[in-house]
Amino acid sequence: MSDRKEWPLWEVFLRSKAGLDHKHCGSLHAADGAMALQMARDVYTRRQEGVSIWVVRADQIVASAPDDKAALFDPMADKIYRHPTFYELPDEVNHM
Amino acid sequence: MYTQAMDLPNPDGSPTLASVDSEAREAAFNDRAGRGEIVEARDWMPEAYRKTLVRQISQHAHSEIVGMLPEGNWVTRAPSLKRKTILLAKIQDEGGHGLYLYAAAETLGVSRDELLNALHTGKAKYSSIFNYPTLTWADIGVIGWLVDGAAIMNQVPLCRCSYGPYARAMVRICKEESFHQRQGFDLLLTMAKGTDAQRAMVQDAVNRWWWPVLMMFGPHDKDSQNSELSMKWGIKRITNDELRQQFVDATIPQGELLGVTFPDPELRWNEARGHYDFGPIDWTEFWNVVNGHGPLNRERLAARVAAWDEGAWVREAALAHAAKQAARERAAA
Amino acid sequence: MNAATNPHVNYILRLADGSLVLAQRLSELCGKGPALEPDIALTNIALDLLGQARLLLSHAGTLEGQGRDEDALAYWRDAKDFLNPTLCELPNGDFAQTCLRAYCYVSWQAVLWAQLPQSSDAALAAIAAKSCKETRYHCEHLGDWVLRLGDGTAESHARMQRALDYLYPYTNELFDSDATDEAAAAAGLGPLPSTLAADWQAQVLPLLTEATLSVPATVPFHSTGRRGVHSEALGHLLGEMQVVARAHPGAHW
Repeated sequence: MSDRKEWPLWEVFLRSKAGLDHKHCGSLHAADGAMALQMARDVYTRRQEGVSIWVVRADQIVASAPDDKAALFDPMADKIYRHPTFYELPDEVNHM
Repeated sequence: MYTQAMDLPNPDGSPTLASVDSEAREAAFNDRAGRGEIVEARDWMPEAYRKTLVRQISQHAHSEIVGMLPEGNWVTRAPSLKRKTILLAKIQDEGGHGLYLYAAAETLGVSRDELLNALHTGKAKYSSIFNYPTLTWADIGVIGWLVDGAAIMNQVPLCRCSYGPYARAMVRICKEESFHQRQGFDLLLTMAKGTDAQRAMVQDAVNRWWWPVLMMFGPHDKDSQNSELSMKWGIKRITNDELRQQFVDATIPQGELLGVTFPDPELRWNEARGHYDFGPIDWTEFWNVVNGHGPLNRERLAARVAAWDEGAWVREAALAHAAKQAARERAAA
Repeated sequence: MNAATNPHVNYILRLADGSLVLAQRLSELCGKGPALEPDIALTNIALDLLGQARLLLSHAGTLEGQGRDEDALAYWRDAKDFLNPTLCELPNGDFAQTCLRAYCYVSWQAVLWAQLPQSSDAALAAIAAKSCKETRYHCEHLGDWVLRLGDGTAESHARMQRALDYLYPYTNELFDSDATDEAAAAAGLGPLPSTLAADWQAQVLPLLTEATLSVPATVPFHSTGRRGVHSEALGHLLGEMQVVARAHPGAHW
């Protein structure tokens, strides 16, 4: 049994309706992309959850390492000038 | 649908929570998990936490796919097309739930094939409830009402489990499962309003399933060796006995609506406790079924193994075709 | 008047029973597929076919005007009153035969549905319009399995070829026309089955070729399920399907 190869793992992303981003919704096994797409439709949209599907082979995803979290993301914490609330404008332009 | 038995020890003697040694890193981890922080797939985690999760999630996944069998036993005989449709959709959902759960377990570094291999070779457990036979159509209703009802009690707290992929799978499962218990009750209510023969079938099914369903919540808290650490780690949020009591309290009034009795002479409302009292559970039966000696343990496992073995050439062919296609595309490029 | 004398009702029942009996066969597999993903996918197809069957049976019951609903028609007719093509009732066999049989039938449905929106029967036209979309997906999904298994390993190829050799003669019946079909065509209900053959072959034969399968030579075998004369398999299928309902006459479920 273990000498047989397993179908590769695919990550599934669904756009739930037009105008929204694709969002990760789960994964599945399939022999190739075409099968992954069909299976994603059958597994993840049984209740009309989506209007568009992406599938990506899980081993093709490049991810940041959790241990780098501090190095990657903490430096953004002091860039408060990127947020609109940093700027205090006169009341006359309160809807900018 | 699911299961109690998720914190049962592995028969192969692989480590349980009790074997955890406490280092500083683990102490910090325990603090975080205890505070309700969510752990994600690639975060550092103690090996015992990982193993506990793999065992629990895979037992849960196995329960879903073995659980397809007792219901599948009746799908070809459903007495109306509406009920056939509902049952087919429900069994299919359970396959989906198994799939979500295997995927959650796979984030912890085991493959689905490894997990299935553990099931097929008898190393992994699944919920004992599915080792009981479905003998009449009323069993399908009782599985929805009682078995899924018990499962939902168990599963809802898992949506807040400390392991992100598991919690997210559970959110999806609980959402999809909300119709499972209702359809079971609806099926039974229709039968209860029907002929004498239908009512007798319902009562007979309740008689057979009641005690095994109470066992689904697992051993008493005092006998549950893994519970304490699981609680600390936020894998488990409510104890076996608390859940069992919640279930009994919610179910008895529903049984009255159906006009059925429960096979427990000690069952009565306890005003002082504000709960129903119920009689002692036959733990000998429970452990017998867990250890492979229930009514259908061998048949259920054999059915899973047969499906897997008979599918081997299909899985292999799909891969072979994918490889040929890829080669052709490369050649054309 | 019983159903056998009303060509309109019979025309609808032939379609209804094809969907119902094939759904029943596919539902036997639920929980036993070669992997979880295809198991779930095939159950979706079974559910769609069951949905078609329920709409068509209800419609047939209304047309018949004797108060029979979908369940009366599904559970209380005997084998000789079922009008599905024999192809639909054959045992599943292995996964190759299961997929190929379903593919042969749904691809025939696809050709038919495409023409039925013009039917003089508005209810039938509406059912066809609804079913058309799901059937297109069934064809794609099942056709992919025919392709994968035909052009997969030596074993899967041999199994798919064996399935094709066995099943192909049963497709002859899909294109046979009789008095019911001629009455239906004359009334504008739907096309004569014999006129569907070219479109069906145009769809199916290229796929079989791509799947490296040899199309069997045409043989004079014609099954007759659509006229109520079935294989031995249907009696068993119905015996199982109807057992609970028939043990409790008059009960509601």
